[in-house]
Amino acid sequence: MTVPLALLGLLERESSHGYDLKRDYDTYFGRGKPLPAGQVYSTLGRLARDGKVEVGEAEPGSGPDRKRYVITELGVTQVETWLTEPVAGEPHLQTVLFTKVVLALLLERDPRAYLDIQRAAHMERMRELTELRRTGSTIDSLLADHGVYHLEADLRWIDQTVARLAALTAEVRS
Amino acid sequence: MSSDEGFLVEARNAVLSFGQTPALQGANLSARAGEILAVTGPSGSGKSTLLHCLAGILVPDSGEIWFDGRRVDTQREPERSALRRDHFGFVFQFGQLVPELTAEENVALPLLLAKSRRASALAEARPWFGRLGLDGLEGRRSGELSGGQAQRVALARALVSRPKVLFADEPTGSLDSLTGEHVMDLLVASVREEGTTVVLVTHEPRVAAYANREVIVRDGKVTPLFVERLTS
Ligand SMILES: Nc1ncnc2c1ncn2[C@@H]1O[C@H](COP(=O)(O)OP(=O)(O)O)[C@@H](O)[C@H]1O
Ligand SMILES: [Mg+2]
Repeated sequence: MTVPLALLGLLERESSHGYDLKRDYDTYFGRGKPLPAGQVYSTLGRLARDGKVEVGEAEPGSGPDRKRYVITELGVTQVETWLTEPVAGEPHLQTVLFTKVVLALLLERDPRAYLDIQRAAHMERMRELTELRRTGSTIDSLLADHGVYHLEADLRWIDQTVARLAALTAEVRS
Repeated sequence: MSSDEGFLVEARNAVLSFGQTPALQGANLSARAGEILAVTGPSGSGKSTLLHCLAGILVPDSGEIWFDGRRVDTQREPERSALRRDHFGFVFQFGQLVPELTAEENVALPLLLAKSRRASALAEARPWFGRLGLDGLEGRRSGELSGGQAQRVALARALVSRPKVLFADEPTGSLDSLTGEHVMDLLVASVREEGTTVVLVTHEPRVAAYANREVIVRDGKVTPLFVERLTS
């Protein structure tokens, strides 16, 4: 889960109120997917319970969301560790693609229908991301890049599979 | 029958062999005016051969090539040569700049070949250096340019005569991905501004994603998507 770590990291930069934290998160990380306010407060609650943030006094005359959150030593250590920790590759979508193709073959359906549709859908998304990268800020552009490279991996796999479909069919149906 | 469906460039059932090697086996393709069309597919599938036929460089053994309501494949070489000079621009994998000429002279070359006066050809070439981020490189020869710079000079040369169609064959094939993206960004910005139609041959999905639409060539044919095959 990156949300708690991202919020912690933002708090390491400076202590903050929940509302400002949500705004910063949305600016840097929440492109097209803003963080629900409820999630911000529940996450901060858990971080406080685990001793990674401290909750300051509510400022006078304001509502409950005017509490200031401050990162603790434990929180700083966790951010530091997380920042250099490698992330596992994501075999997830690959698995879905593969399952659909093999299942189609087992059911004597032509998997090219699915592969074509998947390819077209990926290309459509890739065109959108390419346009975003072309016209957006550096942040937009880097986020789009990540999506583009992932889509590219799938597209290469789709092409490879189409090219080797006869062999795969023989193997699966033998 | 003329090309009457709003297509600027069209191949109909194009067949072409190199000796015993079949390169095109009934390829159909059409691009609308102003469209960027990506032609993708595996290596050796016939993409470049198809581009060369559309551009009137090669003549198919059978089938038809149309440009702007005109039949191209029945024209003689001098006519096709004039067509290429007046209406088409080209960018290939390797810029193919003339090494003895400066960047500026390279860009002006199509205008000089079309018999423009030298001063006016150079004057028309100059703004392209600003547009493609090449300011200050006008006097360099191709040996003194980086791969990305040379490819942008080649792009300027392809667009300087304001062609109706830009034929690009793996235009980023010799570049690293960041440099390639820069070239593609500039290519797309320029052709959108000019309303140029583009036939973009590439085997890279990331480059094809700059196009409005994509067709896939396999075994010398443009393969319709499976979904289209079901409904046609
Ligand atoms: N000038 C040529 N002489 C002989 N064979 C050629 C020539 N150009 C292309 N071919 C052959 O025609 C087929 C299609 O080639 P090409 O159009 O260059 O494919 P692509 O551009 O998709 O890689 C290939 O089998 C290739 O070897
Ligand atoms: Mg080729």
